[in-house]
Amino acid sequence: MNCNKLKDGVKSNRLSSTEYQENFSDIHPPLDNHEALVEADRCYFCHDAPCMTACPTSIDIPMFIRQIATGNKLGSAKTIFDQNILGGMCARVCPTETLCEEACVREVAEGKPVKIGLLQRHATDEAMAAQAQFYERSKTTGKKIAIVGAGPAGLACAHRLSMHGHEATIYDAAEKPGGLNEYGIATYKTVGNFAQTEVDYITEIGGIELKHGKRLGKDMTLDDLKSQYDAIFLAMGLTDVNELSIQGSDINGSEDAVDFISNLRQSDNFSEINIGRKVVVIGGGMTAIDAAIQAKLLGAEDVTICYRRGAEHMNASQYEQELATAKGVIIRHWLQPKTIHSKNGKLSSIEFEYTQSKDGKLTPTGETMAIITDQIFVAIGQRLAMSDFGKSEKIIKFEKGRIAVDSEFKTSIDGVWAGGDCIADGEDLTVSAVAHGRDAAESINRTIQS
Amino acid sequence: MADISSNFLGIKSPNPFWLASAPPTDKAYNVERAFEAGWGGVVWKTLGEEGPPVVNVNGPRYGAIWGADRRLLGLNNIELITDRDLYVNLREIKEVKKKWPDRAMIVSIMVPCEEAAWKAILPLVEETGADGIELNFGCPHGMSERGMGSSVGQVPEYIEMVARWCKANTRMPVIVKLTPNITDIRYPARAAQSGGADAVSLINTISSITSVNLDSFSPEPSIDGKGSHGGYCGPAVKPIALNMVAEIARDPETNNLPISGIGGVTTWRDAAEFLALGAGNVQVCTAAMTYGFKIVEEMITGLGNWMDEQGHKTLDDVIGRAVPNVTDWQYLNLNYVSKAKINQDSCIKCGRCHIACEDTSHQAITSMIDGYRKFEIIEEECVGCNLCVNVCPVENCITMEQLPAGSMDKRTGESVSKVYANWTQHPNNPSSVS
Repeated sequence: MNCNKLKDGVKSNRLSSTEYQENFSDIHPPLDNHEALVEADRCYFCHDAPCMTACPTSIDIPMFIRQIATGNKLGSAKTIFDQNILGGMCARVCPTETLCEEACVREVAEGKPVKIGLLQRHATDEAMAAQAQFYERSKTTGKKIAIVGAGPAGLACAHRLSMHGHEATIYDAAEKPGGLNEYGIATYKTVGNFAQTEVDYITEIGGIELKHGKRLGKDMTLDDLKSQYDAIFLAMGLTDVNELSIQGSDINGSEDAVDFISNLRQSDNFSEINIGRKVVVIGGGMTAIDAAIQAKLLGAEDVTICYRRGAEHMNASQYEQELATAKGVIIRHWLQPKTIHSKNGKLSSIEFEYTQSKDGKLTPTGETMAIITDQIFVAIGQRLAMSDFGKSEKIIKFEKGRIAVDSEFKTSIDGVWAGGDCIADGEDLTVSAVAHGRDAAESINRTIQS
Repeated sequence: MADISSNFLGIKSPNPFWLASAPPTDKAYNVERAFEAGWGGVVWKTLGEEGPPVVNVNGPRYGAIWGADRRLLGLNNIELITDRDLYVNLREIKEVKKKWPDRAMIVSIMVPCEEAAWKAILPLVEETGADGIELNFGCPHGMSERGMGSSVGQVPEYIEMVARWCKANTRMPVIVKLTPNITDIRYPARAAQSGGADAVSLINTISSITSVNLDSFSPEPSIDGKGSHGGYCGPAVKPIALNMVAEIARDPETNNLPISGIGGVTTWRDAAEFLALGAGNVQVCTAAMTYGFKIVEEMITGLGNWMDEQGHKTLDDVIGRAVPNVTDWQYLNLNYVSKAKINQDSCIKCGRCHIACEDTSHQAITSMIDGYRKFEIIEEECVGCNLCVNVCPVENCITMEQLPAGSMDKRTGESVSKVYANWTQHPNNPSSVS
């Protein structure tokens, strides 16, 4: 029985195994064949389609949907992979409601866009299940490229470089490849070990070597790589988290949401994961939403997201906010954390101060409120780890705290490209990272071939 | 409330919706269910001559094409005429007619092209009390290989001959069912009339192969790896049927010949269109075979409500009303000028009008204005072809607007004339009469 369901404090085993299973199953179950045909038929095959323009990787969406409609699923998958080799993951995690589906003319017409994400998954799942490989390597060039980070940007870059006949070596600090796809995405969005399946699918092309447990700045320096490779692509993401520094933030029971999400992804037994009865999440982005929803799914009785600005300022899309509230998460706005309190050495409550926007500036109002809590997740942003750069920190240019690149993803250091979340224009989106990796690879190819 | 009761050749039925001669009318069980559901009449599935029963294939009899959500758009069949014993059918026809005296009971017949065969069967049918007969000169599959069905309907002389035999041998009204598998429907209709037929009914099914199985390379429906053309029917054939009905209705030789309209009638609206083009009633099959008999309720109420709205009191107010408006191309008014107009408020910016016009027509629709995605008609190029209206997914977003007389047609640079002028009067026509 659920002996710990209503127990105070941070406990494991709050739910029955059936409940865990249900809660962490596929959030958007795949379309079956007939559903896909009906949905594909809704696509108008627009000219100069707005959905395609809205896609950071510019997938020819009307074409791949038409290919589904005509029973040509492998052709459809190739149309997707031509632009986005991580089309399978993007189909699962893209905030389509703010990208292709928001631009869909049927969203404009009737508030019901074509389910582009689910259709993309339909086609890519089919191709991956059939182990259909669409790309062959060009003749080997002998050129070697080092890629730092085996996330979406690094993988997309490696695949495209491999297509051009180059050798790519990907260094990653973690035990498994995939980056945020493996460690940073809510469990219910990518079930069945999909991130690893996708890595295998991508690296099947050959010419890609994965090196685990290798962290830039610790296990090797940028200079080391420069001396060994013809080009370098930096795609390590944002590996440092912003910490909460308020009175009481050292009290046990306050932890980083990124770690929580990562641990959950790596768990094969959700009942072993500790969760509070009353959980507070601080932040307003996707990490806050993912942490809050999953806290709820693990059996927390109350989960409250507190964000220091209004709903319209949250980085999480409206759809994601609605998803959270539908799961029973309470989202509160205009509250910034002030003090964390403990009782008998244990976390007991968190005090917030109300805020307001005054002349465009966030100002505390002086009024406060407290929420009783036994666990706090902090999700107030991630940043570039400067330790990655070592001596190079002095010569590589930064912008807005991230790596500065030009339109070809070249950094200020000759022979070094960068993309994904670690660059100044990084949008914290899987799909944008893929576009960066792909386009950087094309630039690298042009440069080292010339 | 409009009166939708029908009187076709003196055969009365509470509404103009009859079930066509086909599987749904093969036995008393089905026909009684149809009458209970409200159908005005039936044409009993075709009876053949006395003797060993007809043999059907034992594999699939139907093939189909579908829309994306499996909406059945067209059906094809290779079933033959009734495979039940002649006397069982006759007995049931008699019983059902007796039980349902207010419904039309027509019996479809197909026997060999010999007078003796027709002479033999007609009294048997007459004895059932049926209201009329329909001569099946239409079936394009199976029976046609044996010199019956459409192989009779394709030879006007045979049609006339058999119609004459029937008129000479029965008091019952004779309806000749026509095959569309010919080049000009007016010839068989005229032949039926010459033979004394009281009416024609059309269209029977169209010879067709619905699809090919790309694994086995067999046509569908596949019988042990082989297929044979079947008869095509359902919503897909309606436009073909409407034209053929209209051709007969406006032919000076046959414009008084009653017509029973058949071909893809699925809703009251389809039925109203057939009536407007000169059909005295309609016959339905595929819609019933797809959805069951209950659809007749929608047809009855839909037709009645539309007639009420329009102020039509009886079917006679509707029948043939569109016939005078069907004309030859050469008489269309060349001084009628229209231009497409896009309602920007309802436009969802899919761009289909643009690409259709740009790639395949007249380059008369923009795709971008001042850097914004915007679709507007370029009147200097628009010939008013209506393609954009047809490809637009939003109803009434693009409309064809008539240019008033006296206004400037920007394409030609000429003022629109108010005078009706057609090709027969056009200076470019070498045989111009003006």
